[in-house]
Amino acid sequence: MNPVNYLYLAALLFTIGAAGVLIRRNAIVIFMCVELMLNACNLAFVTFARLHGNLDGQIIAFFTMVVAAAEVVVGLAIIVTIFRSRHSASVDDAGLLKL
Amino acid sequence: MENLIGLLVLAPLLGAGVLLCGGRRLDRSGPWLGTLLAAVSFALGVVLFADMLGKGGEERALDVTVFQWVPVGGFRADVGFHLDQLSMTFVLLITGVGSLIHLYSVGYMAHDERKRRFFGYLNLFLAAMLLLVLADNYLLLYVGWEGVGLASYLLIGFWQHKPSAATAAKKAFLVNRVGDMGLSIAIMLLFTTFGTFAFDPVLTRATDAGEGKLTAVALMLLLAACGKSAQVPLQSWLGDAMEGPTPVSALIHAATMVTAGVYLITRSGAVFDAAPDAQTAVVTVGAVTLLFGAIVGCAKDDIKKALAGSTMSQIGYMILAAGLGPIGYVFAIMHLVTHGFFKAGLFLGAGSVMHGMNDEVDMRRYGGLRTYMPVTFVTFGLGYLAIIGFPGLSGFFSKDKIIEAAFAKGGTEGWILGGAALLGAAITAYYMTRVMLLTFFGEKRWQPDAEGEMPHPHESPRTMTVPMIVLAFGSVFAGGLFSINDTFLKWLEPVTGHEEGHSPVSALTVTAATMVVLVIGVAIAWAQYGRRPVPVTAPRGSLLTRAARRDLLQDDFNHVVLVRGGEHLTRSLVYVDHSLVDGVVNGTAASVGGLSGRMRKLQNGYARSYAVSMFGGAAVLIAATLLMRAV
Amino acid sequence: MIAPSLAASAASTTSTGEAVQFWILAVVAVLGALGAVLMRKAVHSALSLAGTMIVLAVFYLANGAYFLGVVQIVVYTGAIMMLFLFVVMLVGVTAADSLKETIKGQRWLAGLCVLGFGILLMAGISNASLKEWNGVGRANAGGNVEGLASLIFTKYVFAFEITGALLITAAVGAMVLTHRERTERAATQRERAEQRVREGKQVTPLPAPGVYARHNAVDIPGLLPDGTASDLTVSPTLRARGQVRDVSGEALQDLKALEQRSSEWLERGRSEDADANGKGAGK
Repeated sequence: MNPVNYLYLAALLFTIGAAGVLIRRNAIVIFMCVELMLNACNLAFVTFARLHGNLDGQIIAFFTMVVAAAEVVVGLAIIVTIFRSRHSASVDDAGLLKL
Repeated sequence: MENLIGLLVLAPLLGAGVLLCGGRRLDRSGPWLGTLLAAVSFALGVVLFADMLGKGGEERALDVTVFQWVPVGGFRADVGFHLDQLSMTFVLLITGVGSLIHLYSVGYMAHDERKRRFFGYLNLFLAAMLLLVLADNYLLLYVGWEGVGLASYLLIGFWQHKPSAATAAKKAFLVNRVGDMGLSIAIMLLFTTFGTFAFDPVLTRATDAGEGKLTAVALMLLLAACGKSAQVPLQSWLGDAMEGPTPVSALIHAATMVTAGVYLITRSGAVFDAAPDAQTAVVTVGAVTLLFGAIVGCAKDDIKKALAGSTMSQIGYMILAAGLGPIGYVFAIMHLVTHGFFKAGLFLGAGSVMHGMNDEVDMRRYGGLRTYMPVTFVTFGLGYLAIIGFPGLSGFFSKDKIIEAAFAKGGTEGWILGGAALLGAAITAYYMTRVMLLTFFGEKRWQPDAEGEMPHPHESPRTMTVPMIVLAFGSVFAGGLFSINDTFLKWLEPVTGHEEGHSPVSALTVTAATMVVLVIGVAIAWAQYGRRPVPVTAPRGSLLTRAARRDLLQDDFNHVVLVRGGEHLTRSLVYVDHSLVDGVVNGTAASVGGLSGRMRKLQNGYARSYAVSMFGGAAVLIAATLLMRAV
Repeated sequence: MIAPSLAASAASTTSTGEAVQFWILAVVAVLGALGAVLMRKAVHSALSLAGTMIVLAVFYLANGAYFLGVVQIVVYTGAIMMLFLFVVMLVGVTAADSLKETIKGQRWLAGLCVLGFGILLMAGISNASLKEWNGVGRANAGGNVEGLASLIFTKYVFAFEITGALLITAAVGAMVLTHRERTERAATQRERAEQRVREGKQVTPLPAPGVYARHNAVDIPGLLPDGTASDLTVSPTLRARGQVRDVSGEALQDLKALEQRSSEWLERGRSEDADANGKGAGK
């Protein structure tokens, strides 16, 4: 088997995650789908590291994880705040800036 | 001395500013302040005149540049004054007669609530007119020209509570605009031709330009003169301008406004001399107007309108003379000055009569006033004798010279012009005699006024009679003084130039002919109005009379040709504007609006929709990148 | 777990074991991802996602990223996903998501974009000629963690410091966002009691859940005297989630059976009486 298959898998997971982001309304689920996309990227990076024979790809994946952790913390805080004031976690409801 | 010229203009301008902005505090002192400033201006004029007399003929002109007005690149327009003999004559006439009219107004407007404003306007009028005649370039002259138009508008419409006055003011303003447009075009043409506005380079180099161009300039100047001086075809405003207070009429007709056209043509003499075709047009306009005005004057029963017709006619004489070229310039100005005296006197007399007759203007309701208003009668009578050209009085000398000059034009043209001038003299004698007889002679035909009150004619107060007496002196002696030793000719010749024409008939013959037609005119008037009783209501009259009562159908002509035509033009333009211009504009707006309305739906406020757009965009970018790599 | 290929360089195929592992676990990962996207309840989504992440951790290990594999399990699956679950409990508990689309054309457009994007990615990957690869064996020779550490603290030290700052900022940001300043004094117990009396809606405390002597769980509504369930007795959150276990039907059945038995017993007694007293009342 060629490790390129990992890349195909990563692409598939990324695409599924993107579809989730576009289709789901619950902000938390959307967020999870974003995480899925990030993980797919990480898989691709790790695979790239293997294909290239150095560890830089893994480093990038590591940084991605750190940034994702930070993002999750802030994002969930925002969701909690929005839910407190609007009693809804649906992204369709947060449309006040619309005309 | 140079500074005095500026002060000369500044004094009445200051008066206008103070009186118009001063508020109620000046209500009582305002009239005297205005009169004082006009008199100051006159005094300055006299000082400058004395100074000028002390110099030789060629060195008399004074030039002073006050400040640079618009210095832009090669374009220069300065505020500068040029005082030569021609301007001096006008300055003395304007400030002198103007001061007298101010003085008269103090009495005439004594009971008017808004007299402060009235004197402010009068001062503005003087200032604008002085600026006009003192300017050393055409652009500044144009400023004065427009100032005169504005002041005349304000004064004619002074009694704006009367719709007729407001309309008359508007009419005067609009008709004047036509002439003003001519002047502005002429100035632009001069600038493109000579690259400057100043009189000196333009007039000395006039012949450098082609005759065609000069003819165009001259015709445009003539149009301007027609507007301001109420010459055919732009004369229609003058009759209606009688809606203003009588001193205003006197000011417009004698000292300011209508003389501006004559001044313009005389000042631009070099241009006209180089454009014979334009001169023909000028004399034609003059001849037509002098007859036109005279005929209108015969038919009017309103004393002021009869005098207005007379003014039109007399200015026609001046324009005719000015159109004759160097033969006539001097006499045009001479007649202008003498006319200034006797026409101001006549108008002030008419105002005095109206003052005594409860503002009645219909001459058929006067009659027999000579015993009630002796001073008015005598001064008016002297003005009357002067205007018809009674031997020895002012009008005799000046008008006679013009008729001679007309004959001296030579050829068929000379005969026609001379004949027209003679005929005009006869008609003048007729209608002025008619005015005199209707007003001061015959039985009393007084009628109660609108409130049912019979008039109690009385002599006017001192402030009104004194100016009339002074003007009567001018009417009697000015012409004689000017003509002895050709004083006026010698005075003005350095500026306008002069040449003797080759008259086919001798001067004596012309004088004799003038006397004959004078007697005929007076005799006919006497036969019609002196010997028979005058009906209080005007008889229907012949076709010509009826036409003349309607200003020879001038207004009807204007209405049919200009107003209707203008309306049709406007309507079609409005249609084009609505359908074509608005169509394009509105169509653009509607299409943009519609497009935006559709585009707006993309902005639906749903984060997920935006996410789709971003995602689609990312997909397109990746596709583009891959394609680029593939290529 | 099958050991990854540690071939030094220029390998062209992996071991069979890894291939088998990949094909099995890839299916699991895709199923987990689909579950995360398609499950109606956020909790289920989160659990599916956790499964996918564990699979991904295995793949990291298979690709020679030992450190990342462990971090993926400990940090991602262990911490971040649990954080998600916490928030789901806090926020998204009221009801399951409706999967019905409300924005017109959104699903079509999304499908189109996703499909196009996926095809593009696949095409891009297949377009790259990746017949041979190096493998991380040499890079991991001194130990994977040591290799990563030497890179992080040399080549990527600046980025590393910045991520540290980012984490601190995120922590502070989360606190600031969720912190709620109390601007007014909290109502005391007395005040609340007075307010309840004033409003007159529910003066007494809410009735307790559970059915006496049978159930004492909080998700079981108490029964009214006629045997029907009282909504007041269970928490609104449970009601909103539809997690109320209604036992009223059971209770009513019990009651009915009890009545029947007692009436049967009474019938028997009455018939004995009837026998004694001759004709009696029918009922």
